[in-house]
Amino acid sequence: MGSGTAIGRVRGLGSAKHGAHHWWQQRLTAGANLFLMLWLMISVARMPGYDYAAIHLWLESAWVAVPMALLILSVFYHFRLGLQVVIEDYMHGESRVVTMILLNLFTFTLGGIALFAILKVAFSGAPA
Amino acid sequence: MASRNPARPLSPHLQVYKWGPHMLVSILHRATGSGMATVGSLLLVWWLAAIASGDQAYATFVDVFTTDTGGLNILGYVIAVGLTLSLFQHMMTGIRHFVLDTGAGYELKRNKMGALATMVASVALTVVFWLYMGIK
Repeated sequence: MGSGTAIGRVRGLGSAKHGAHHWWQQRLTAGANLFLMLWLMISVARMPGYDYAAIHLWLESAWVAVPMALLILSVFYHFRLGLQVVIEDYMHGESRVVTMILLNLFTFTLGGIALFAILKVAFSGAPA
Repeated sequence: MASRNPARPLSPHLQVYKWGPHMLVSILHRATGSGMATVGSLLLVWWLAAIASGDQAYATFVDVFTTDTGGLNILGYVIAVGLTLSLFQHMMTGIRHFVLDTGAGYELKRNKMGALATMVASVALTVVFWLYMGIK
């Protein structure tokens, strides 16, 4: 690590070995999302009713709360990776750093609220 | 970020290509993904939080998208059809990406067919979903 040019400082060090990480995580979560979103659409379509009591009862079940929590984790990780690419394409310099921080704030805040809401409903339900 | 001299010419970009279905589904994938990531995720979390908060909060959520008789209002239709069509389009182009990732489907004719198929499938799935919801 000298004080030479940017290329001179990294020449010979090899790759960081992280080149495919983002791409691979995006594909893995895409596969998980495919199954989880199909489950959600079918489960919502087949619900007996859409009044508050029916929805609450639906979300109380572990068979719904667990896949719903997994869906939040997979979908939110996936869209964080996706929006990161959008930001990298259209934002430059300082504003890119700021938007990237806001993206993380948005993802983790919403994800935290969603997981808390799912667990609150699941744990408030009558034991099966 | 290296500074760029704006006077220097750029290599030819989108404007030199003839517009085709593969370009349309490419930008649709990004647009639907970005839309669902922002509007979709906010509404999903609002829905979940409303269920957790109680029937008052849930009624407030439902009220925004429905009329007094229980049907969807204009906003409800736009959001419901918009999000389901976005979901199915993103899902179909996503599956197309999996195929392209294997190195298959780059022949001109097959690539165009695949791109068109994602749009036909996403519209069909949206129609089937809402017909099923309507029949119930």
